[in-house]
Amino acid sequence: MFQRIEIQKLRDGDNLILGFSIGGGIDQDPGQNPFSEDKTDKGIYVTRVSKGGPADVAGLMTGDKIMQVNGWDMTMVTHDQARKRLTKKNEDVVRLLVTRKSLEDVVRQSMMPH
Amino acid sequence: PKPINFQKALSQSLRQDSITMDTESTYSGYSYHSGRSRGSHRHGRIMSRGERRTDLRETGTLPFSLAEEGLPAWSLLSWKGNCRGMPLPGMLQGAYRTAILPPFERSFGLSVPSPPHVGERSRDRHKSRSKDSSRSEKSVTINAPPAEPLLGDQSTRGDEMQDDNWGETTTAITGTSEHSLSQEDIVRISKDLDESVRLDCRRYLSVSLSVLLGTVVLLTPLAFLVLPRLLWPEKLRVCGTACEGLFIAVAFKLLILLLAVWALFLRPPHAALPRLLVFRAVLATLVLLLVLSYWLFYGVRILDTQDEDYQGIVQYAVSLVDALLFIHYLAVVLLELRQLQACFSLCVTRSTDGQTRHYSLGQLSIQRAAVAILENYYRDFPVHNAALLSASKSRAAKHLAGLKVYNLDGPGGNSAAAAVGVAQSQSRAMIAAAARRRDSSHNELYYEEAEHERRIRKRRARLVVAVEEAFTHIHRVQEEEQKKPPGEAMDPREAAQAVFPSMARALQKYLRTTRQQHCHSMESIQQHLAFCVTHSMTPKAFLESYLTPGPTLQYSRERWLARHWTLISEASVTSGLKDGTVFLLKCIDFSLVVTAKKIPYIKLSEEFIDPKSHKFVLRLQSETSV
Repeated sequence: MFQRIEIQKLRDGDNLILGFSIGGGIDQDPGQNPFSEDKTDKGIYVTRVSKGGPADVAGLMTGDKIMQVNGWDMTMVTHDQARKRLTKKNEDVVRLLVTRKSLEDVVRQSMMPH
Repeated sequence: PKPINFQKALSQSLRQDSITMDTESTYSGYSYHSGRSRGSHRHGRIMSRGERRTDLRETGTLPFSLAEEGLPAWSLLSWKGNCRGMPLPGMLQGAYRTAILPPFERSFGLSVPSPPHVGERSRDRHKSRSKDSSRSEKSVTINAPPAEPLLGDQSTRGDEMQDDNWGETTTAITGTSEHSLSQEDIVRISKDLDESVRLDCRRYLSVSLSVLLGTVVLLTPLAFLVLPRLLWPEKLRVCGTACEGLFIAVAFKLLILLLAVWALFLRPPHAALPRLLVFRAVLATLVLLLVLSYWLFYGVRILDTQDEDYQGIVQYAVSLVDALLFIHYLAVVLLELRQLQACFSLCVTRSTDGQTRHYSLGQLSIQRAAVAILENYYRDFPVHNAALLSASKSRAAKHLAGLKVYNLDGPGGNSAAAAVGVAQSQSRAMIAAAARRRDSSHNELYYEEAEHERRIRKRRARLVVAVEEAFTHIHRVQEEEQKKPPGEAMDPREAAQAVFPSMARALQKYLRTTRQQHCHSMESIQQHLAFCVTHSMTPKAFLESYLTPGPTLQYSRERWLARHWTLISEASVTSGLKDGTVFLLKCIDFSLVVTAKKIPYIKLSEEFIDPKSHKFVLRLQSETSV
């Protein structure tokens, strides 16, 4: 139940921005994550998507859990490591593997016999 | 005046009470030398009173012992191993057996020990014989043939195994039979005398040798300094302040050495050990070698050549004193410091009632560890009360009682192998039969113990009330005395004696129920009461020593039952303790089983750990925009 999202980074002056915010990590407190179903889940979640930004255009939604970034695993990283993987200066495109609860429901619904 | 009348009235009742406790009161007033004859009378008299027999037989008839007579340990080995009448377990027969004497009164005299020999041995004989006779009523075959080596005894024992008429052939013990000495006894006593002479000579020898060595060592530096002045005074070069400084140094160092030797070696020894103390021997040899080599050099280099440099000679003497001080430092480290750090935990268990204690000791030889344990035994272990063990013995006897095995093959087969095989099969049959029949002994045990507890508590309540009344009476009398003009103040002893009969009965009943009555004589109770009154202790404080059995040391020496110890060990007694060392300290009534376990080696290592990983960290939820 994963979705692959490809985001083109937008050049804003000297930085490359993606247009969303992340939260979570193995050094963070998982109990405060509003988006996770399992409150011990220390993965990286998308907390906010800025409207009209590259992430919004690519189809990223708030509450998505990012599993991989360009092939790098994001389920067992610290917050800072995640930020670094997303903001590499020499990459223009990030390919994310995300999962969301609503996605699972949709797939399950479609698989269920009516 | 009231107190005196009260006293008179009470003393009359006291006399009546004293009759019932007659046996206890006759215990205490003895001097040591009359103890033996009274002891045998006690035996003769007590035979009529069935219920008392257990207590007195177990507590021993003789208030004095071989140790106090100065009879050394080696002689114990010759008769100790023979007289018990039961074979030692096989593995220990080849082991070292040394006896350790606690020298409570170290008398170097060689007194003739005949009475205790006869008394103690015959007491052992008496005990084992009566045990066998009672056993033969209940079970026929589990007796091993008693290994009694004395020729004089075989005739009186008879053949208990196959003889059903044992009542007609065994000799009854009366009070007079302990006085007789057989020929074997006389031979043995004379042999022991020779051995005791030899051992005391050995002790004298070691003491005198060490004293000689000490004086030689201390006088040597002085001799070094004085001889040149005497032999060639005119050739010596005058030396000024340097020499005087060295003289003062020599004087003070010798004084320090003297004090140190006194502190370390001249303490009264608390134990006499059978084997050589290895470290002391090594140190003595070292000192001797040092002094001899110094004398050698002195003789060759200084006396022969008549050296004129007096300062050099004085420095030579100072160097000797320095070397002696260093050897003394070595002695302190070897003899005292090495065993301070705890290396082993020794578990000491009393074989009869299972009392266990654990002690930590350092690296000691087995003999010294045994001495340390015995010292701790007297302080920690509650006094051995043989009367408390009779319940389990009777239970064990009842378990196999009522089963009689008949040997249908007749009294043939006299070979040892056949007899052993028959005995084994018979015992196996008995065990199987006993296991099969329905055994409700656990039920009986439960109810018996519950009943016993209830009885003890009842008696205890009565005792506490009686003692409290007695003490309040004393307080009242004291207050009255204080109000009146100071006439005759009541002595605490008189107060105790006046008040004692009112609680004597309750106390006696309580002691009898808890089977402690042989530990306390009437005299000792009165003394204790007077002591408590003198120091204004409460009734609870007075009763404490009767409600709980105290450590062995608190009782008088007759009650200890543990005066002669035999150390049984497979390893040599001068070898050090190792992990898993087991040795036995045997005494007449019980033995202490000692097991040594090594304290584990602890390794602490250093490793860098992120301080955040083991501390509480408040984790926030941070959000980063990318």
